[in-house]
Amino acid sequence: MNPANIFNLGIKELRSLARDPIMMVLIVYAFTFSVYIAATALPETLNRAPIAIVDEDQSPLSLRIDSAFYPPYFTPPAMIGIPEMDSRMDAGRDTFALDIPPDFQRDVLAGRAPTIQLNVDATRMSQAFTGSGYIQSIVTGEVASFAQRYRAVSRLPVDLALRARFNPNLNQSWFGGVMQIIDAITMLSIVLTGAALIREREHGTIEHLLVMPVTPFEIMVSKIWAMALVVLTVSAVSLIVVVQGLLAVPIEGSVPLFLAGAALQLFATTAMGILLATLARSMPQFGLLLMLVLLPLQLLSGASTPRESMPVAIQYMMQAAPNTHFVILAQAILYRGAGFAVVWPQFLALALIGTGLFLWAQTRFRSTIATMA
Amino acid sequence: MSGSAPVARLSGVGLRYGATHALAEVSVEIPAGRMAGLIGPDGVGKSSLLALIAGARSVQEGRVEVLGGDIADPAHRARVCPRIAYMPQGLGRNLYPTLSVFENIDFFARLFGQAEAERRTRIGELLAATGLAPFAERAAGHLSGGMKQKLGLCCALIHDPDLLILDEPTTGVDPLSRRQFWELIGRIRAGRPGLSVMVATAYMEEAARFDWLLAMDAGRVLATGGPAELQRQTGANSLEAVFIALLPEEKRRAHKPVHIPPRPPGEAETAIEAKGLTRRFGDFVAVDHVDFRIERGEIFGFIGSNGCGKTTTMKMLTGLLPATEGQARLFGHEVDANDLQTRRRVGYMSQSFSLYSELTVRQNLVLHAKLFQLPAADIAGRVEEMARRFELTGLMDALPGTLPLGQRQRLSLAVAMIHGPDMLILDEPTSGVDPVARDSFWQSLADLSRQDRVTIFISTHFMNEAARCDRVALMHAGRVLVIGSAAELMAARGAATLEDAFIGYLEDATKETGTAESAALAPIADPPAPTPRSPGWFNPRRMFSYSRREALELRRDPIRLTLALLGSVILMLVMGFGVSLDVQNLTFAVLDHDQTTMSSDYALNIAGSPYFIDRSPLRDYADLDRRMRDGELALAIELPPHFARDVERGDPVSVGAWIDGAMPMRAETVKAYMEAIHAQWLARKEAQMPGGTPPAGLFNLEIRYRYNPDVVSIVAMVPAMLPLLLLLIPAMLTALSVVREKELGSIINFYVTPVTRLEFLLGKQLPYIILAMVNFLLLFLLAVLLFGVPMKGGFLTLAFGALLYVTCATAIGLLISIFMNSQIAAIFGTAILSIIPAIQFSGMIDPVSSLQGMGRLIGEVYPTTHFLDISRGTFSKALYFHDLYGSFWPLAATIPVLLGVCVFFLNKQER
Repeated sequence: MNPANIFNLGIKELRSLARDPIMMVLIVYAFTFSVYIAATALPETLNRAPIAIVDEDQSPLSLRIDSAFYPPYFTPPAMIGIPEMDSRMDAGRDTFALDIPPDFQRDVLAGRAPTIQLNVDATRMSQAFTGSGYIQSIVTGEVASFAQRYRAVSRLPVDLALRARFNPNLNQSWFGGVMQIIDAITMLSIVLTGAALIREREHGTIEHLLVMPVTPFEIMVSKIWAMALVVLTVSAVSLIVVVQGLLAVPIEGSVPLFLAGAALQLFATTAMGILLATLARSMPQFGLLLMLVLLPLQLLSGASTPRESMPVAIQYMMQAAPNTHFVILAQAILYRGAGFAVVWPQFLALALIGTGLFLWAQTRFRSTIATMA
Repeated sequence: MSGSAPVARLSGVGLRYGATHALAEVSVEIPAGRMAGLIGPDGVGKSSLLALIAGARSVQEGRVEVLGGDIADPAHRARVCPRIAYMPQGLGRNLYPTLSVFENIDFFARLFGQAEAERRTRIGELLAATGLAPFAERAAGHLSGGMKQKLGLCCALIHDPDLLILDEPTTGVDPLSRRQFWELIGRIRAGRPGLSVMVATAYMEEAARFDWLLAMDAGRVLATGGPAELQRQTGANSLEAVFIALLPEEKRRAHKPVHIPPRPPGEAETAIEAKGLTRRFGDFVAVDHVDFRIERGEIFGFIGSNGCGKTTTMKMLTGLLPATEGQARLFGHEVDANDLQTRRRVGYMSQSFSLYSELTVRQNLVLHAKLFQLPAADIAGRVEEMARRFELTGLMDALPGTLPLGQRQRLSLAVAMIHGPDMLILDEPTSGVDPVARDSFWQSLADLSRQDRVTIFISTHFMNEAARCDRVALMHAGRVLVIGSAAELMAARGAATLEDAFIGYLEDATKETGTAESAALAPIADPPAPTPRSPGWFNPRRMFSYSRREALELRRDPIRLTLALLGSVILMLVMGFGVSLDVQNLTFAVLDHDQTTMSSDYALNIAGSPYFIDRSPLRDYADLDRRMRDGELALAIELPPHFARDVERGDPVSVGAWIDGAMPMRAETVKAYMEAIHAQWLARKEAQMPGGTPPAGLFNLEIRYRYNPDVVSIVAMVPAMLPLLLLLIPAMLTALSVVREKELGSIINFYVTPVTRLEFLLGKQLPYIILAMVNFLLLFLLAVLLFGVPMKGGFLTLAFGALLYVTCATAIGLLISIFMNSQIAAIFGTAILSIIPAIQFSGMIDPVSSLQGMGRLIGEVYPTTHFLDISRGTFSKALYFHDLYGSFWPLAATIPVLLGVCVFFLNKQER
């Protein structure tokens, strides 16, 4: 192994990248605008949930309920009649439709416990659950305070003081911004290394390297360090300028520790890029393989839905994916301010996965040399 | 017709690439009905001139008239385009390697709108005339160089052009094939006297046979006229001498005839030795028991037809390819791919240009010097020396991609020699290099061999170069036919020139093996009545020609096809089972300061819920903090001291609950669950209290989960997966299909044939739409049969929506491809421009109406949003077309918008 070769070949990779202006634009886009747009687009968990109300009572109580729904949690409710309810929900215009029956106020005061019907579009899973909870507590609150004026209602003075730690307002953009960077890191590092190798093969330049006193190991390591450096730099800038600056997300933990974790993640994903490039014979095949790998990595790593809700088999499978560990350590460091003492298992896992992928890629690389030249 | 109006008239034509002038003030008339040749050193603008005349490149400056009109005028260009045929530089660059010979020609015939019967006759005749008929079913990628050029010619001649433009058609082609190629052109011209031919060539002996010549240098015209006339003007006795005489003073002075002193006799030290060297690729024997021995300091030539195994032999010597059988030794050591020490003593130059086109000339040289570990102090000097020797001094900061073939070859050589190797293995190093540069190159080879005793193993198609070698080996079909000095070979055949001897040996060998490549050449018959040439803005036949070709290529690449079809199925399986929006199995722990029955009852109440899992109790605040920080707990509950007492007494009590807010969506759910559990516990307690009211509330809230009454995640997720998967893969496929043509060069066919932008785009799109629809059916079956998602609405409604949607998806791919020039950028661009909007802004997780900012805007117009409504509507909501027309029309309207933008931005010429 010759460190000078690794260095020189890596510089070559950086120069090649600098020659592709469209690629540079895309990289900048992925780490700035894309992060910003995705983070700000994400609503607070329940934001402007579309609701419609069928008020068949038109009593003071029902009007009080009607006016209890307002932004940001809900859209101003659409006051509709029964016939419209189905068609609006079919067309996807409402997630919730609340039906207040006739004589609701009278029955409440008479203690007859009338029934309000809440229709929920259950295909919108994320809103369906939290939203129904909110609606239930809003309606209960309104009815209770209305009824207290007319009826004695016994209550136990036990209060539940709920506080969210690490993100007190449960601000989605805190979450979205960082997860977006994680996705971009994964995507970019795989594309850059993998496609760079295939390009060398399609243009015949790999052949030239292989007749020189350069080993496959050196070629691989040079690609890994160069591309990892690029990605690490842009993600650091993105984290500091876009996430901390523009999105004003307070970061609790140590940014250098996170970047150290990101470096390990990059080791694993760049090695994965090389591995994919040795499996694919042409750029179109690589593009398809990339989609096949990228989507599960992004969707099943815990960056978009909680891991513990996934089937156990998937949870075990995803233990082998670097993203899973990276997402865990990123959340722990950035939001919960965890130190190395807490996240070392993730560092270890990333190092092991990276080494495994690297060795596999190296074996493939050696055995496919004949077909590359 | 001949001799009258010129076929092309250029006046004041200039062309620049960035800062470099490729052409300056070129004014010339090219006679019609003649064989016009362009000669000149590399990089003087020959190719640019031809590309301008062919209409492949747009005119920047001056006026180019072709076939009686201004080629810059789109209407005229569309009119004359079917009368021009253009064969670009490079072996088979505009051919499709996975398509067979017949399919390649058929593709071009369809592009020119020919009907079935006409195509068959024409292709049959061309194949017979070129001797390609026996190979009609062979893939173009497996043809030899000479055959590729013949095929290229067939493709160019399919539409009976009036002007045939050939850019270095015989560069890199062996002498026998070259001779056949020119015979073929001769017969074609005999059959069609009106045909004008323009040829750029590096072979002076070929140029000597042309009717009219145009000599160029540095983007300017030096002289025009017939070969004899030029010889008279310059007083030179050969065209090669004319060429040198025409050069400007300073270039001419640099030229000296090659002088190779005889090899000094001495001890015969072996540098390269091959014994029974064999290489097989499957059943095909590329190199068949080859033996030779090359002495140190010898110049050893390797000649033979294209594809005879020369390159494979050289690759085995460098260790790039392992030998199947036999031995190769360098300096007495067996070739070993891991022997870095030997690699340092060898310089290798491969046949195709294989340096980094993204690095400048200087950067390439320095990189290689460093990789060969030259001492850092020597590198700058060595690089300068190489630059001087190969006349690269003025080009040090240029990118190799912008240089013409000849200069790139010189750079490759400089790179191969940068480390002063003991042995050079050069695979056709002088292909496409002009005579002056070739001579100076040979002089340096001679010096290396004779002074520094460098061993040189070189393959070439130039017979005068072969004659300069100490010995040559003639190779054919994987075997070495004969080895000897040029004089010995000529004597053995009784031939006057080495070329005749070479062709003699080859003809004997082909007779033995029975491949009648040159036999049975049918005469060129009168062409059938040509189809009326209506350019028109839309011709389905031209469009289907692209579709057919794309489909054929897809079929020839089973891995890509399988990935495209199975990839989405695999993704659907993984994500359908994996992505779940149900939040459960949440971990919690209790910090109980009270430790009474009531406090543990409160904790048990939470643990009893199906959503929460109990963890060991918290010891203190530090424990709580630590366990929340490492993410072990989603929820921590603190019960205060005297909890039970205060509750009994009715004193105000507060239960503390901390939620991990790192993942807001999960936190919200935890919050909602916890509030419900707390309320439930309170109600139960109230009921148990003396005089407490029954838990019946003031009212009941009845929640009806519509469309998905059991609230199953799969039922919600699978219909949402469909739009995602039907976007990503089709968009990726179409984006790459166009960019790939750009990167590999076959896009030129779109530039120079009458196919219109819309035909090109739709033609490319169609096969991928069909593929995506097959994909849709597979995914649909998977959803219904495996995931058991009930299909409540109209299948046809969904299928029609899918058709519109995949048309949009493939059009998005086309749109991306138009702005990208490299496949890497296309892959990355497609990934970021499709995955993020589809997953985040299209309502897959959060409905679009709840989004805000840019994301909301993107979501409103992105096609995935509308198809998601259709998919969920038909699957879960039992809807039909009339319920969903509000989602159909935006999809239908997106298609013409996307295609319109594509047509607008797509260039029909290189700029």
